[in-house]
Formats: sequence, C-alpha cells, structure tokens
Amino acid sequence: MHELSIALSIIEGASQEASNRGGAQVHAVHLKLGALSGVVKDALLFSYGLACEGTFLEGSELVIEEVPVIVYCSACEAEKTLDSIQRFCCPTCGTLTSDIVSGKQLELVAIEITEDEDLEKSIETGQFSRIGL
Amino acid sequence: MSTQPRLVEVRQNVLKQNDLLARSLRHRFESAGVFVISLVSSPGAGKTALLEKTLPRFLENGCRVAALVGDLATENDAARLARSQAPVKQIITGTVCHLDADMVQRSLDGWELNDLDCLFIENVGNLVCPSSYDLGEDLRIVLMSVTEGEDKPLKYPTIFNTADVAVITKMDLAEAVEFDLPGAHNSIQSVRPGMEVLELSAKTGAGLDEYLRFLELQIESKVAVGNSSTG
Repeated sequence: MHELSIALSIIEGASQEASNRGGAQVHAVHLKLGALSGVVKDALLFSYGLACEGTFLEGSELVIEEVPVIVYCSACEAEKTLDSIQRFCCPTCGTLTSDIVSGKQLELVAIEITEDEDLEKSIETGQFSRIGL
Repeated sequence: MSTQPRLVEVRQNVLKQNDLLARSLRHRFESAGVFVISLVSSPGAGKTALLEKTLPRFLENGCRVAALVGDLATENDAARLARSQAPVKQIITGTVCHLDADMVQRSLDGWELNDLDCLFIENVGNLVCPSSYDLGEDLRIVLMSVTEGEDKPLKYPTIFNTADVAVITKMDLAEAVEFDLPGAHNSIQSVRPGMEVLELSAKTGAGLDEYLRFLELQIESKVAVGNSSTG
C-alpha cells in the first residue's frame, strides 16, 4: 500500500500551490486517477484523511475523478475506451492493442481555495470575525 | 460579498518529483554509459535467485555489473548477491513497499558510475506499488513464478503494463504444480498484447542462456542507438 506516500505528495503539491497564492485556505483538492495509475481510490481517500491531520489541508476534501484507459485501435483507426484493464482489445472490433493513449494519470487537477483577499473582504463585510484568525 | 471557494487549475502530475528525479537519473546513467535493468515481482518469485545466476555471467563476459537490492527489513539478499564479487548495495526501505527514484539516487553515493556498464535494481517484492514509480531504468522486467498461478497478470495488469518484458520463473516446478503455461501466456497477452515472454529456471539453468542473450541484445541496441544519435 503506497497510497499514503501518494497522499503526502498530493498534500505537498496542493500546499505549495496554495502558498503560492498567499496562504489561502484549501477546501478541496481535485484529482484525476487513471485505471492504470496503480493507485486504489478507497485506500487513497483513507490515507488522505490521515495524512491531512495537523497540516494546512486538514479538513479539506479529496475529490477523485476516475478515468478509464483509452487505447488506439489500429483496425478502427480510432481511440477506444477499454471495458476492462484485464483485456487490452478494442471493444468494437476485438483487435488486440497495447497502444495506450491515456489511463495512467495521477494528476492534481485543481484546488478549491478561499484566497486571503476574499477572507479580508469577508471580514470587512462582517461575514467572518477576526477572532481566532 | 461572496466567500465561495474558487476553483484554481493546477494540472500537475502528483509524482512529478519522482518523475523529474527519474529523468535526471536516466540522463546520468546514459552519460556514464550504464544500462539499467529493474526487476519487479511478488515476494518469492525468484528475483534474487535470478540475479545470483546473472551477475557472475555478466562478470565472466567482461561486463562491469553492480546491483541495488530493495528489501523491507533484511540485508540477506545483498549478502547472497555479494558472493558474485559484483558491487552490491542493499536499500532497506523500512515500511515502504516500493523503491522510488530518490532511494536509488541516494544509494548511488560512493559509486563511480563511469566504472559500470550495467546496473540491476531489484525492487521490493510487490506487484502493486512499484508500478507507480519510475526509477530511471532502461528496461523493466516483471517476473512471475509457476507457483503463483497463471492468472497473476490478470490480477495485476498495471505492473505488467509498466514492464517491458515478462519472465516466467521456476519452470523446473511447472509440472509438479500443474502450471498452465499456455494459460499464463494468454493472461500476459491479454493485459499487454505483444509483450515478450521468456521462460527459465534459475535452479537448473534452463532458459538462462536465452535470457542473458535477450539482455545482451537490449544493451547492444541501446548502445547502437546512442552511437548513431551522437555520431
């Protein structure tokens, strides 16, 4: 199980991005997870929760979009989505193919943040109190 | 005034650090003329046994070979391989179930890469986690032993998809365990059509010459490509 290492890498990447934006608060982290990434979604979600504790990202949500494997079928001359990673053949014509177009992604796609500027404005408008900030 | 969180695009590979490091390792190996081969398999498939047979043969042929061996806790594998007289280092990963590029880089300290022609990296026995980590190798070999059952590739398609060649080991036991060899080939071709598959027994030596010849060809073709691109 290497999902904990992966979770730590996600947290590092997201924290870096957030700190580039002046220490904004991170509400959610969006991730694309390919069927051939070698990472298990549930294990990653579990690890993420643990790994976030005591960090800048504590309480943030990990939103995972699972993406299937897309291969190129030379017979159909088209990209096709695999039905199963146990069987690398074109779902339309059955031709075997190992030409993987995508499906190995482990990509930090986006973060949902409240930037400091927003926070300042909300304080000004009384939506947040400075107490505890 | 809205305080709704806003979505900021990042688009970054989570394993970027590892991939960058692996790329720099690959460059380093290439500049030093070192061909790097990694071995992945489940625990007990025979990675160390195969290396025990491979290292002396490489040395006999005048190939300056070394090995890095990943293990969770012990130095037993390195001790076994050191008998070949080839330089061997153990990477003890503790609780980490795979090698990453950083571990490989750190373990190269003290070695002069220019004095090597070939480096083997034996990963921690695991068919899941190593698949996510590029180590900067030129060739990744996935081993499966006949005692594991012919459907192993179907259970671990990802690792077979990150490897360049598959080796079926412990062929001397195939009959005893009623191993379905055609079934194993079908499983491999199902998850990785066109994948080259070799069969051998490190114990009896059957198939070992073909395996060594295969590696030799891989190394030669890399050298040939390197020469033509620089020439």
